Amino acid sequence: MYVYDELDWAFLEQRVAEFRDQVRRRLAGELSEDEFKLLRLLNGVYLQLHAYMLRIGIPYGTLSSAQLRALAHVARHYDRGYGHFTTRQNIQFHWIKLEQLPDAMEYLARARLHGIQTSGNSIRNVTTDQWAGATPDEIEDPRIWAEIVRQHTTLHPEFTFLPRKFKIAVTAAAHDRAAVKIHDIGLRLHRNAAGKTGFEVSVGGGLGRIPYLAQTIRPFLPKRDLLSYIEAILRVYNQHGRRDNIHKARIKILVHHIGVEQFTREVEAEWQAIKDGPLALEPDTVTEIAARFRYPDYAALPDNPEALVAGRLRDRGFAAWFKNSVNRHKIPGYAIVTLSLKPEGGTPGDATAEQMEAIADLADRYSFGEIRVGHEQNLVLPHVPQRDLLTLWRALEAIGVAIPNVGLVSDIIACPGLDYCSLANARSIPVAQELTRRFRDLDLARKLGRLHINISGCINACGHHHVGHIGLLGVEKNGEEYYQVTIGGRSDEEAQLGTLIGPAVPYAQVADVVEDIAAAYLELRERPEELFIDTVKRLGVEPFRERVYAARPVG
Amino acid sequence: MPLVQSGRIVEDRFVRWLSDAPVPEDAAVLLPHARFLADPAGLLRRPAPTGVIWPNDRKVSELAPHVDRLALIALVFPVFKDGRAFSQARILREQYGFGGELRATGQVLRDQFLFMLRAGFDAFEVTKPADAAAFAETVRRYSVFYQPTGDGRATARKARLHRAPALAPAVLEETLQEG
Repeated sequence: MYVYDELDWAFLEQRVAEFRDQVRRRLAGELSEDEFKLLRLLNGVYLQLHAYMLRIGIPYGTLSSAQLRALAHVARHYDRGYGHFTTRQNIQFHWIKLEQLPDAMEYLARARLHGIQTSGNSIRNVTTDQWAGATPDEIEDPRIWAEIVRQHTTLHPEFTFLPRKFKIAVTAAAHDRAAVKIHDIGLRLHRNAAGKTGFEVSVGGGLGRIPYLAQTIRPFLPKRDLLSYIEAILRVYNQHGRRDNIHKARIKILVHHIGVEQFTREVEAEWQAIKDGPLALEPDTVTEIAARFRYPDYAALPDNPEALVAGRLRDRGFAAWFKNSVNRHKIPGYAIVTLSLKPEGGTPGDATAEQMEAIADLADRYSFGEIRVGHEQNLVLPHVPQRDLLTLWRALEAIGVAIPNVGLVSDIIACPGLDYCSLANARSIPVAQELTRRFRDLDLARKLGRLHINISGCINACGHHHVGHIGLLGVEKNGEEYYQVTIGGRSDEEAQLGTLIGPAVPYAQVADVVEDIAAAYLELRERPEELFIDTVKRLGVEPFRERVYAARPVG
Repeated sequence: MPLVQSGRIVEDRFVRWLSDAPVPEDAAVLLPHARFLADPAGLLRRPAPTGVIWPNDRKVSELAPHVDRLALIALVFPVFKDGRAFSQARILREQYGFGGELRATGQVLRDQFLFMLRAGFDAFEVTKPADAAAFAETVRRYSVFYQPTGDGRATARKARLHRAPALAPAVLEETLQEG
């Protein structure tokens, strides 16, 4: 956990006071809705179909138990008793009243949570691996760098009115759980041939109407240059990104329009002018930030303790959950535990106030008071002693978050869709709910293995459909909800955009189509270990297209 | 539109010279960029101060040869949300060393004042009179700044490095042990 100092505190209080004044000016008519819109968006406040929505950023996905309780409090007192975790490690409340927003924000600020730059054409919440600091496959904790970038980009005087939103993600692990290739800037911390650590910088990834994967513009950037290099990229984008067409305003369009070589030249030229200025990160600065990350006081514990081994032998339910939801920790005797927020018939990523409070208590008891949020819309207890796993599992079962479907077909990523969002063309949540019913049989889900379904209710792609192993995109055709189906997408270190398999299918057929694709995969795979994504890679989309559309003439 | 400088509403000493009429020798004028670029040397040779209105889609590098003699550069925010001039301002101040008046024009609202100050603006044609009146109070809202810019305000980073070691958080030790 990053510990706020008096400066971070003062800043946040000042921000809340400023927003309170902006709301007052809006209510008094001193600000037009147009003017207010820009200001509220910079504080995470959207106007949706039914009400204002408040999006709270969870920097690099790390929450303390006290913060999770604060979120539960807001869910209960200002919303309808639940919150919605998003694909960018944020949480959204969909039913907040404008007059109550400043109070809700002040309450959250006391737990040092806020909505600054969680929307608007600004630099958004910096995201990273939800297993950061716990996983054995990282070279160092990427959250220190995410925090350095977070501070630098918070109310940046030059870059708060960009052409469009701007997302930065950092990973430091061999396996990319932060989806850096679909970000405006992706940072991959790695070690070069000389043994030095630095960043591979990629730029121009993003989904939406015109999806692109980020392209590497610098294979190795020394750590000292991180901020100056980001500043150079943003300066080129702020001046040259398109502002005449919202759909062509992301940096990915600029990169493709002028070409990655030209873009890189411009960034490098700008960077040369500023790299040795005040943005250069001296070791003292990094040490100072790193020193304010609190790490657990781990005990010396053995791996695979007796209690765990016996539990797995005795209880099949526990054994299945352990296999699915528990991962290796870098410290012997500990484990990383994923809590599925994907129950049958539920809304992906939703948690009730009661669940949040119970999870906060369990985090205090079993995970050093720490909780993580992942982009797959699940929660994580990052530091659980293995000897406590059986007890923890029972407690998680009791609150409905121990469904062993993590990474499986029913672990669906979905945006809020037409049920909440004014941009959507089609519903996402009911499609996800129906699919969790179709794939309720966990034996079938396990047989299908790792299979990610991502659903977006419109072209803005908040449900990351382009990078779902199976992606569903809601579109509107003659006033009806239809879904385009893509397969073969992925957002990890082998990131790939999915391929459309054929004409869009109507709402009533979309779950059938997904079942057909799953059935086709079971027939087509070479062996049970070949994952869906690998079968698609080997065979292409054609055999799937044939099977789906043979029985179903649509158009 | 009130002009704010040094936190106070002031008289504009420049005349916006938008017609094709010859520029008088003895008047402080603010010229459209095309007019200025047609004869920069001639205009800057006049005894009176010269200013230019610079559009936000032209590179400010074109002004680099003139920054020493220009008295005023007016940058444009056509709408509140168009932030290009923030970059132009910082480049002019921090890379070309422009020391004259840097004026924000267009849709200039209270909620941008501090960003503009930090980017190097020191004069503001404020859209709403009430905002102009609230200038001094508005720019005092924040005491903590995370980014170093050319305005010289001390950043959080600096403050942290300079604070007494005794105040360094106790977690430092834990972290070091963590290795």
